[in-house]
Amino acid sequence: MTGNFDYVMVQSILPVIGLLILGILIMVVDLFIPDEQKKVLGWISGVGLITIIITSVLIGRPGPEPEMVWGGMLRFDWYGFVFQMIFLVGAAITSMVAMDIQELGKRGEFYLLLLAATLGMSLMAASANLIMLYVAIETTSIPLYVLAGFLVLDKKSTESGFKYFLFGAMTSTIMLYGFSLLYGFAGTTDIYTIAEKLISDGSPIPLIGAMLLILVGFGFKISVVPLHFWAPDVYEGSPSPVAGFLSTASKAAGFAVLIRVLMAVFPANQDLWSALLATLAVATMTLGNLLALTQKNIKRMLAYSSIAHAGYILIGVVVATERGFSGSIYYLLVYLFSNLAAFAVVTIIGKTIGSDEIADYAGLSRRSPGLALVLLVSLLSLAGMPPLGGFIGKFLVFAAAVEANYIWLAVIGVLNSIIGLYYYLIVLKVVYLYRSENDDKHIVIPGPYSLTLGIITFGIILLGTFFAPWINWVMKAASSLF
Amino acid sequence: MQFPVLSLIIFTPIITALLLLLLPENKKTEVRVISLAAATVALLSSIWVYFSYDINQAGYQLIEKYSWLPAMGISYHVGIDGMSAPLILLTGIVMFTGVLISWGVDDRPREFFAFLFILATGVFGVFASLDLFMLFFFYEIAVFPMYLLIAIWGWKVTREYAAMKLTLYLFIGSVIALVGALAMYFTSGLGTFNMLELENAGFSTAFQKLWFPFVFMGFAVLGGIFPFHNWSPDGHVAAPTAVSMFHAGVLMKLGAFAALRVGIMLLPEGAKFWMPYVILLTLVNVVYGAYIASVQTDFKYVIGFSSVSHMGLVVMGFATLNNNGMLGAGVQMFSHGVMTALFFAVVGMIYDQTHTREIAKLGGMRKVMPLVTLAFIIGGLVSMGMPLFSGFIAEFPIFMGLWTSYPWVAIVAAISIVITASYIIRIIGRVFFGELPQEFSDHLHDVSILDKIAIGFMSFILILLGVYPQIMVPLVQTGVNNVLRLLGGA
Repeated sequence: MTGNFDYVMVQSILPVIGLLILGILIMVVDLFIPDEQKKVLGWISGVGLITIIITSVLIGRPGPEPEMVWGGMLRFDWYGFVFQMIFLVGAAITSMVAMDIQELGKRGEFYLLLLAATLGMSLMAASANLIMLYVAIETTSIPLYVLAGFLVLDKKSTESGFKYFLFGAMTSTIMLYGFSLLYGFAGTTDIYTIAEKLISDGSPIPLIGAMLLILVGFGFKISVVPLHFWAPDVYEGSPSPVAGFLSTASKAAGFAVLIRVLMAVFPANQDLWSALLATLAVATMTLGNLLALTQKNIKRMLAYSSIAHAGYILIGVVVATERGFSGSIYYLLVYLFSNLAAFAVVTIIGKTIGSDEIADYAGLSRRSPGLALVLLVSLLSLAGMPPLGGFIGKFLVFAAAVEANYIWLAVIGVLNSIIGLYYYLIVLKVVYLYRSENDDKHIVIPGPYSLTLGIITFGIILLGTFFAPWINWVMKAASSLF
Repeated sequence: MQFPVLSLIIFTPIITALLLLLLPENKKTEVRVISLAAATVALLSSIWVYFSYDINQAGYQLIEKYSWLPAMGISYHVGIDGMSAPLILLTGIVMFTGVLISWGVDDRPREFFAFLFILATGVFGVFASLDLFMLFFFYEIAVFPMYLLIAIWGWKVTREYAAMKLTLYLFIGSVIALVGALAMYFTSGLGTFNMLELENAGFSTAFQKLWFPFVFMGFAVLGGIFPFHNWSPDGHVAAPTAVSMFHAGVLMKLGAFAALRVGIMLLPEGAKFWMPYVILLTLVNVVYGAYIASVQTDFKYVIGFSSVSHMGLVVMGFATLNNNGMLGAGVQMFSHGVMTALFFAVVGMIYDQTHTREIAKLGGMRKVMPLVTLAFIIGGLVSMGMPLFSGFIAEFPIFMGLWTSYPWVAIVAAISIVITASYIIRIIGRVFFGELPQEFSDHLHDVSILDKIAIGFMSFILILLGVYPQIMVPLVQTGVNNVLRLLGGA
């Protein structure tokens, strides 16, 4: 362990420093601007996050070899870096989408909480120590609980925040118990040395117990069956931009720690957790998709579909090869863009017509062809259609499964994606085919939304066509795990 | 380096689609003019591609290759051979005539043409691709716009049902085939999706026997193979005219072509093992399809089931795995594509004015639409396999090929020709001749000049190919030679 301060240490937490500065900036600006101009905070947050991304990509990239920094608390590697970029993109899009929502984007606290959660996620992805990891997870979770219940005058939002908090706190406690057991067995909290200390002695049973306890905490974050039940209620109740953030960035953070901990701490039990996760993946995909079929509310539908997507992403984790992990990370990246696009459309429509029922989307293609088109792109990307990003994500994950001889899992995955296609098409049918009495009332899209939607749509198409550079990034990230 | 004409063909439609989507929605005339311009570019370049293919040199030509994802050996790799060149031309023809015939689409024409063109890009991409990944990529691009095109602009009664059924059938087929393709990729150990290299991967016979049915049938679903043909007549009937034309004329060929390119050409041993069974399935297609067509009362369903029957002949021709059978199948893909597009165009023109497709309610169309009548008769003669029409050039070799390999199948399949003749003649007699029903006689009028150009153009091609087969047969022969080479000169 090094105690010396050097340039790498700054590089490694560049996004975190950026987020902190941005948060302070927003807090200060918030004090000095009148209420009706609070929207400008959204711009500051969005542009600031993009600046952080650009700066990090330019000067904050990790070297070819992973390095332990900050006294072994963090591991500075491509894996953490790529995930941090994913979180930052998610937060940037979320601030841009939220800024026009009354009670949400026009309050400084919202951006502050969002940035705090993103900061926590950035540390989650890089943590190499159990203590650090736990602190990072809590730094992420607590702002998210508040965000889910942000609309204090809205019963559903309050309920969703409270529900999220209760389940989150419970699973987090169970996970902490697992951490403490690990510490007991190994005598260290350093994730990368626990494995060596463990192998030397003892029966595997207590270790497996600790693993299961930890998986409960991570499984909650990524909403894997049977820890998925909170997701539909929370997504439905929380403000739409927050639901989008929860379903993408927060899920990505969960996968980030899941993969790192499994690979670093439990390499010896890989057969066991692969088998366990394979079962969970099948259950998650199938149950998520089947329940999504019957939903009438688009946010609940997206919640169940997001559960199903966790199942597809898990396939890459089950395989536990470089190709598998890179597939999962790429999937998370395209899923972030696609799902945020869908939630952005839901946000605008919810704001305009005051409803999230799928039936109320009738006539959307006449009221706003542009919005309908973005929804089309995002849902087809979620369904895995080329030339959109979702196809490449699914392709990589299924390819990894076939390579590792999990052909049955790939087949279940592709069949599930057909169910997914079905319910996405149902929404598109309502949007394009059905008429409503308001057909002639155009929906006006505020400026920031047009910009954001344009960027996300472009991103989805870019991820599905010129994918080589991004895939090289995620492959670098995956290889830094081994 | 030569001019990248294949890329031009592939990307013209999708770029046009994006441009159209950026236009304001009330500019309907501009949308149509831009669409027609793009379709003309595609048609002219596909004609150029077709005639620039050098038969003496054979093999793959007009190749373009750029690496796409080097880490997995994926490249953008296009080229044409004797099998795909006619299909590129076919797509150009159907796209052009489809735009002419859809001139009157008035409900959101911008989206209509944009989705139609996205589909066209997918189709061109599949026919031209020499990379397995790219083939899937474009295959799925070709399939999903179909859902929207049918569901939004289709026949109100069945469109939702038909569109969903079609989409689910085709996607289940394609994803199963995708798993098979991934298995090929990893088993080959070559680390490339280049089909020209995978041809020489030397897959074990056991592997080929295991995966051939999945890959072949996965694609053949789109070719309308029994027992997975069910989506196709429903889809044809529910679709708007131009989409039916694309659908029966081009998309079904996409299935047959991909089944050939990926199934037979990459897994030849598997093909040899399974083909006798495939022949039986296609026999059902051919005979049963024709029979069902003959008992339909709805004009469009007749044509829909006739496609099932004719596409059965295509797959049957491939399944003979001999020279004549494949040669015929190759020509049949083109001939049937133009013919069925012509049929659906005619059905659409009649329905647009009469608002019925019940054969019993129609009659005497000859009096108001002489050219349409003539075009349908030409299509009918092609369909029956009359000499001097393209159908003969296509079907005769298929039956010759069948006769050498499976004589009794040839005999049974030949029944379909009789059935086909019966229903075609019945339609010609009922719909076009006889008395014009009173209810129509006052408001029917002849079709527009654009429609006449479209059907005249297609009729001309069918006759040209019939009287001058040399324009296509030697070309397809080079493609067949390539397939036979992979089959070990069988």
